Amino acid sequence: MTAAAAGTTARYTWGGDEFLFVEIDEAMSLAANFRANAMASLLDLDKIDGITDICPANASLLIRFDPDVLAPGELEERVRRIEETVARTAHPTLDTRVVEIPVWYNDPYTNETAARFRANHQRPEGTDLEFAAQENGLSSVDEFIKRHYGSPWLVSMVGFVAGLPFMFQIVPQEQQLEVPKYLSPRTDTPALTVGHGGCFACIYSVRGAGGYQMFGIAAAPIFDPAQSLPDFKEFMVFFRPGDIVKFRPVDEAEYRKIQDEVEAGTFRYRQAPVQFDLQRALEDPAGYNREILERLNGI
Amino acid sequence: MAFEILEPGLATTVQDRGRFGYYNVGIPQGGAMDGLSAEMANALAGNTPAEAVLECTYMGPRFRTDRDTVIAVTGAPVDVKVNGGTRGQWSRLELAAGDEVAFGILQGGTRFYIGVRGGIDVPVVLGSRSTYGLGSIGGFDGRPLRAGDLVPVGDSAGPSGGREPLQEIDPGLRPRFEKEVTVRVMPGLYDHRLTARGMETLLNSIWTLTPVADRTGLRYSGPEVEWQPRQQPFGAGSDPSNIVDAGYAVGSIQIPGGKEPIVLHRDAVSGGGYAMVATVISADMDLLARSAPGTKTRFTPVGMEEALAARAEQRSLRARLWGAGA
Repeated sequence: MTAAAAGTTARYTWGGDEFLFVEIDEAMSLAANFRANAMASLLDLDKIDGITDICPANASLLIRFDPDVLAPGELEERVRRIEETVARTAHPTLDTRVVEIPVWYNDPYTNETAARFRANHQRPEGTDLEFAAQENGLSSVDEFIKRHYGSPWLVSMVGFVAGLPFMFQIVPQEQQLEVPKYLSPRTDTPALTVGHGGCFACIYSVRGAGGYQMFGIAAAPIFDPAQSLPDFKEFMVFFRPGDIVKFRPVDEAEYRKIQDEVEAGTFRYRQAPVQFDLQRALEDPAGYNREILERLNGI
Repeated sequence: MAFEILEPGLATTVQDRGRFGYYNVGIPQGGAMDGLSAEMANALAGNTPAEAVLECTYMGPRFRTDRDTVIAVTGAPVDVKVNGGTRGQWSRLELAAGDEVAFGILQGGTRFYIGVRGGIDVPVVLGSRSTYGLGSIGGFDGRPLRAGDLVPVGDSAGPSGGREPLQEIDPGLRPRFEKEVTVRVMPGLYDHRLTARGMETLLNSIWTLTPVADRTGLRYSGPEVEWQPRQQPFGAGSDPSNIVDAGYAVGSIQIPGGKEPIVLHRDAVSGGGYAMVATVISADMDLLARSAPGTKTRFTPVGMEEALAARAEQRSLRARLWGAGA
């Protein structure tokens, strides 16, 4: 069977003697991300000796292995078989969860940071949100913010630094919000900044350098090395690839209230399990998104 | 027992062989940059290869031990002073309680290592004692050492299993710290995105390590490298060197905008939107870590078989340190 006939079209290449890189697609899409995650999950289930890291990304998969334990050729063969299995799946679904993330949009912290780095910006006057609204042909910052929290996002990759989620909005391509990154990266970004670069949203898990436009600040931690909050009891990183994120706008008063709960160690994210169905998301994104978000009702 | 840090040095961190299995959430492997030198420090101190050591960058710390112990200093050439008297690197140094250890100016390379009998005994986080500074985990409170820190040292009855520790490292086995190096790389990943001339520039030029070099990565200066122009795919950035954000191989080389290649090292960011075009083979990662800014570097292409042969050679060199039993 040819690769095309089997629906296996990924590109396999080596990152030195310890990494196998599988490019599912050059372009970003829900389907490519779905395939990367499905391959990662199946590979993980196989518990193959010699694989040390399985890192699904937006439209690709990176696998680290120990070639003293697992020969490169054998690894490639095993992954190709998994690709075939995934390609044969007629109706791909993902058992995941939907999580509500409270965000203070247009907050003073990110606006102050943006003002300090204005020389690096495409639009030296104004704010990142004003630039983003303009880039997307929207009449106001409020309208842009509405589009940002209106439809949910899929966590398409976790990484860059510890626990940072990249998110892809579950809307048709023509409705994707696209904003270029800063012309040159900032040396500072507040922790929990909600950022945007290209078609991806992110939440900066820690303070540091960054090149994404800044739209607001999440109210609660997403990386908790001390594991002091209940949501971090099992692991210090909150997000997993495949999580579905619903941003909820909060004002300053609610932001402060959530901060108090974090301080007291009582804050918990609202979340509910969900089985994400790729076909339904592609066929009727608006209706399907409403259905997913209803899962959060009553929680 | 503990080391009392009197002066911290420029960036002194606790490192071991690294933290694996968490790269999928952005937590890098970490671990000693120059793994072989760190392992030699452990061999001399009478440890196993797994114990944590102190990694010192450019300027070392000044510290005092509160018990009798054995240490060893390996890695980049530096004068070792015990109570003001000069002692040698690459050999076992016995210390008495109250002894003060300090270092001179680095004479080459970038990092040296202090191994101590029993190992640096900070808590294990996600399977490793290595410091991951960006995430504030591992090591001593997740950060480089500061003056006044009391750095815990493990039980000096030690885990070496009664093996007689090495007295010194055979001069023929010691790593060299040179101003010109050739680093073996495997072309791949997004190498098809360079023009033929671009790849030729990468592999035939002499690259100079810039001062922008740390545990995350090393940036080199040299000629501009040509990318193939293309209609960028949806979700990739606008520059021809951009891709849809993907996982980054440790050791991979990216060339943002065709200028100044960056090689990712042990504290690599785990992913991003720049195309990688080759990867330094595992056997040569230590060599990169030993480079000081200004080092003239060539990237020479090898295939998987050569990379695996080089890896086997490294392994047998390490086996000689530990004798038949290890």
